[in-house]
Amino acid sequence: MDRREFLRLLGIGAIASSAAGCATSGRGAGAAAKTGLERMYDAAAFGNTRLLHFADCHAQLLPVYFREPNVNLGIGDRKGKLPHLVGEELLKFTGIAPGTPDAHAFTYLNFEAEARRLGRVGGFAHMAGLIKQMRAEGPRGEALLLDSGDTWQGSGTALWTRGQDMVGACNLLGVDIMTGHWEFTYLEDEIRANVEAFNGEFVAQNVKLTDDAAFFDVPAFDEVTGHAFKPYTTRMMGGHKVVIIGQAFPYTPIANPSRFIPNWTFGIRAEELQALVDQIQDHEDPEALILLSHNGMDVDLKLAAVTSGIDFILGGHTHDGMPVPTIVRNAAGGRTVVTNSGSNGKFLAVLDLDLGLGRVRDFRYRLLPIFSDLLPEDTEMAAYIQQVRAPYLSKLEETLAVSESVLYRRGNFSGTFDQVICDGMIAVGDAQIALSPGFRWGTSVLPGDPITMDRLLDQTCITYPETYVRDMTGEELKLILEDVCDNLFNPDPFYQQGGDMVRVGGMNYVCDPLARMGERISEMRLDSGELIDAAKSYKVTGWATVGSEAPGAPVWDVVAEYLRSEKTIRIDAVNSPVLKNVAGNPGISSYPS
Amino acid sequence: MKLTRRMFIQGAAAVTALMAAPRALLAWPEKAFKAGSSDEVMQALFGSADVTESGSVVLNAPDIAENGRVVPISVSSSLDGVENISVIVVENPSPLAASFDLGPGASAAVSTRIKMGKTSNVIAVVKADGKLYSAQKEVKVTIGGCGG
Repeated sequence: MDRREFLRLLGIGAIASSAAGCATSGRGAGAAAKTGLERMYDAAAFGNTRLLHFADCHAQLLPVYFREPNVNLGIGDRKGKLPHLVGEELLKFTGIAPGTPDAHAFTYLNFEAEARRLGRVGGFAHMAGLIKQMRAEGPRGEALLLDSGDTWQGSGTALWTRGQDMVGACNLLGVDIMTGHWEFTYLEDEIRANVEAFNGEFVAQNVKLTDDAAFFDVPAFDEVTGHAFKPYTTRMMGGHKVVIIGQAFPYTPIANPSRFIPNWTFGIRAEELQALVDQIQDHEDPEALILLSHNGMDVDLKLAAVTSGIDFILGGHTHDGMPVPTIVRNAAGGRTVVTNSGSNGKFLAVLDLDLGLGRVRDFRYRLLPIFSDLLPEDTEMAAYIQQVRAPYLSKLEETLAVSESVLYRRGNFSGTFDQVICDGMIAVGDAQIALSPGFRWGTSVLPGDPITMDRLLDQTCITYPETYVRDMTGEELKLILEDVCDNLFNPDPFYQQGGDMVRVGGMNYVCDPLARMGERISEMRLDSGELIDAAKSYKVTGWATVGSEAPGAPVWDVVAEYLRSEKTIRIDAVNSPVLKNVAGNPGISSYPS
Repeated sequence: MKLTRRMFIQGAAAVTALMAAPRALLAWPEKAFKAGSSDEVMQALFGSADVTESGSVVLNAPDIAENGRVVPISVSSSLDGVENISVIVVENPSPLAASFDLGPGASAAVSTRIKMGKTSNVIAVVKADGKLYSAQKEVKVTIGGCGG
């Protein structure tokens, strides 16, 4: 179904084409009931204060396809709890009917057919329209727009403008407050310049100057406390006081290169956060205290349990699009509501608060999927995006190959697009084994669609894209796999970094997520079936090294070369491990056994 | 609070006197620093491994080290009569990372940077009024990368 047909079906085509930019024209009517979309964006405001939230858009300015995971395992006491429910289990838990637009938005089920039926998601022009509508319908016609970060990275134009295109887009969108993660993969001066150019406020209580940087008087928001950025901000919403504390990704200098930001040190800093919350409660006495977080949902859930005084944690990082919030009872007997609002521009969260008597009396939360074919474009944003892309358009729109399969990344172990990357690196680098990072961003491609440079950059666009081909022993390989696996499956969320497992090509292995660190990975074998010997050397290729710059070409050049020579891509199976001890876990479905 | 260069220079004059103290006067616990296990460290330092975990000892250390070669930690205690604060990294080849002798009236709060070879429990031991108290925390040392 194309946009025209879709809008005709909804009976709103005439309005949308004549008044693009007027978001309210997207309201369902007539035949929309057939698609179940008639009430999608239709909800009366509740209470007296409206917050809007998104996370992890990864610089996706245009509408995309994005397949949700079929593997998102929760282990230990997280097993079977949000966000670790996939497919039908998630629908069952949240009461979403199968086959509805919501079911498509929140799960991988029947992805290809539903993506063809309902079209692309997200895009800043459509998001802008929806945000305008949600603002206009908010109390006093206002709303506070919050962004959990991973906004300045993820596309070719974001990389080439060093995040500036996204700062401009966020200014147009009217983002009021943000925090960050991939924002910190540019150089320190570039980050400062972007924060300066951003019309909203960039907040982070957990980014501080290192002792060395403080000693040498490196500029900071607060020289005495060492906060590199403003830790929190206070806003009045129609006479109601709301405080928003920022929590940047705590493990940025570990998961990403510290060499770009040597003066800053991160960490969860739960004790300092509690001290800050106490100080704010004592001195500012807000009616609502919000943590705008890039911790990842498991870390947010634990943080909610071990702190007190935080009313809401609006989170991101692990890309969990959760249709319902999780309410956590904390040590002091209070409650903290934790949400996570998905990725790639696919969702907008609407949090309506009833504030009064010095507290949050009640709330309503909705995570709205952004079905781009249903929402009209905001013309100003559309023009801005066109202008941003214009200088790079011929490069971005080059068709490298055509896909015969659904290509995607998201999932704990591997995705079909990861397989393409690994296959390409092995072919071009003449290697035996490929390692590719388990990022959670990266858009999806439908069968028959071209794999353009745009789509390839969606999967690879980072500031440390250099590849390597080098000899590595079986022992080293095991060490890497074990290390990354512990980042994913350590039973204590505070020791998790929030990425998925490193993707492998040319080899496979058996994985027991429940085992201890050092004992999860076994039976590492080459694709030939030959066991990988700890003492033997193998020719391994990879990219995204954090310690130092790798010597080879950027990964997108390597994979583009492979795609141009292949012309068509078909992926029937991916190198994902045989799993132990996950039978009955509702965080896994449709996994090859 | 962070130590800035300005603050350092202001404080430098006061510290000079302390730095002049002859090393011979400070009993350097060579045997403890060379010990190969936590138990040996405890025996060499305190003549006992009989230590009680205590909420009155506060160890601040990162959950995951940003750089295993320089891991910032701090230890403080609300106990009276603190004579010594020591830091043990269980998995290091030489587990004793630091040992502070405190004079009477000194505030029981120290901070330093320790070196860690791999993921390990870090134990802060406080000797107060002749008894041993501790707090511990696992600090993970990772090869990094592959985060999303």
